[in-house]
Parts: sequence; C-alpha cells; structure tokens
Amino acid sequence: MAVERFPVEATHILMFARAIGDENPVYTDPSSPQAARFGGVIAPPTFTMASSQFDPDMPLRPKFGEAWFGSAKEPSGAEITSTGRLHAEQHFEYHRPLVAGEVLKTIERDGATWEKESKRGGSLLFEEKFVDYVTADTGEPVVTARFVSVLPSQVVQQEGH
Amino acid sequence: MQVGDTRTAVVLENISRTRLVMYAGASGDYNPLHTDEVYVTKAAGYPTVFAHGMLSMGATGKLLTDWVGDGRLKKYGVRFVNQVWPGDTLTATATVEAIREEEGQRLADFSVSTVNQDGKPVVTGTATALIDP
Repeated sequence: MAVERFPVEATHILMFARAIGDENPVYTDPSSPQAARFGGVIAPPTFTMASSQFDPDMPLRPKFGEAWFGSAKEPSGAEITSTGRLHAEQHFEYHRPLVAGEVLKTIERDGATWEKESKRGGSLLFEEKFVDYVTADTGEPVVTARFVSVLPSQVVQQEGH
Repeated sequence: MQVGDTRTAVVLENISRTRLVMYAGASGDYNPLHTDEVYVTKAAGYPTVFAHGMLSMGATGKLLTDWVGDGRLKKYGVRFVNQVWPGDTLTATATVEAIREEEGQRLADFSVSTVNQDGKPVVTGTATALIDP
C-alpha cells in the first residue's frame, strides 16, 4: 500500500493541527513569522500518518460503490475491511522539518514479527513495518516511521486500541 | 535544559466525539470504531467510540514541540497502553533523561508519558530533540 504521491499541503496541515489540539502558528498560519522561518507551515510530528488520504487502497475509507462496514441507518453487516490488528507502538525519526508544498512518496519495508504471552491468556502476535517518507522527485529521506501492530487474542480484544 | 527538568501540560481536555471526527477526517483513518456509535455499540460490542491512538500521540507531541521549539524533534516514539474515551482529559509529562553530543549536535533525550484524568497512562514513550549548544 505504498503511496506514490503525498502532496503536503498547508490546508491539510491546518486541519490536522486543529484535530490534535495544537494550533501553533508554525502549523496553522503561513503568514506567521514562525512559519516564515521554514518557508511555509511545517508538519506536526505525527502528520505523516495523513498520507493514508493518498493511499488508493486504504481499507479504512468508504469508497463509492463499495459496501462499507460502518453503519448507515443500522449496522450494514458488510465484511469488515479492518485487519483486526491494533496499533501497539508508533515511532518516528525526523531527518529534517517537513514543509508545506513538498511532495513525498513512501517506501515500505517489513520488519520483525514476534509473539508474546498475554497477561490475560492467549498469545499476542506483533508485527513491525517501516515506512520511509522520501521526497517524490529526489528520494531524499524526510521521515522514517516504524509501526508496530498487534493481533490480539479474543480475550484481550476489549483492552486494545 | 538539564537532566531531570520536567514539564507537564493538559494536551486535550474533555475529549468530544466531534474531535474524534476531526481526527478521522484529517488523518484519513475512518475506522468506524472511532466515530460510529451505532457500529461500535451494536456490531463491535464496545461501550462507545474511542480515540485513535495517534490522536493521543499527536496531542502529546505538543508538549514536546512547545518545549524544544519548532522543527527540532529528531525522534519520537510511543506505546499505546490504554484506550482513550470521550470525556477523557489527557495530561502529558516529559522529563529530560540525558543530554549528549552527537556529530557536533547537542541532543536531549526525554521520557514521555500521558495519563488520563484518573492517572492511568494512555501513552508512554521517548523523544530526542536538538537543543541549543
């Protein structure tokens, strides 16, 4: 599910910054002195998650003409497109600030998998994935993300995320 | 900045379901577990919707960037340890664990923890930032 083209836009950053409750002008106001220092608003530390807006295969977005597992008048009963995996950890490494106007792409790499006994019984299956966010034209690394997801046993499903 | 320095701030107060909708729309993670009360109660079996883990991580980042300055984070990572529900208030704390030099840069390593209104941790992690020489 690599993203071929992730245009980083000021309005998208504004909406993201509002959502996380951080209205620092360096994210929200291109005309602020804070943003001017970088040549535009910069992205908050977790913004690259929003690249999923540009993933054509993103399973957790309703698509026109396709059944969606969320409700309309009632629960649809459509097949759940979620994998059932929960987000266990998230790590970012920043190579430099990400500035509105840039266009990124992603390169994904599989990491390790491991198993852990759950405190409540059953086993937890962890899976690691790396995503390099690089500039679309030159491939310069900007952010490296490491996702860890967990497939919980039924016993712990209610405790996850 | 010295080892042992610590800062605490409320990063999200009385989280509304509307905020979860805002985060879904901005991030592109439209999992109905976070926004669809009918689905989550009738089909998924949860008491109500709950926040995206990444909303808590994003909000916690504000404490760090307000402290170290814009564009100065080098690393930031967390584990999601408990769910966050509508009505929760999140308080983040960061503590300087080490200050070191690397490739001519001065770096601070932080521990980070965010708790809900009952003091229960929801996000725990670490961060590294560039600091002034």
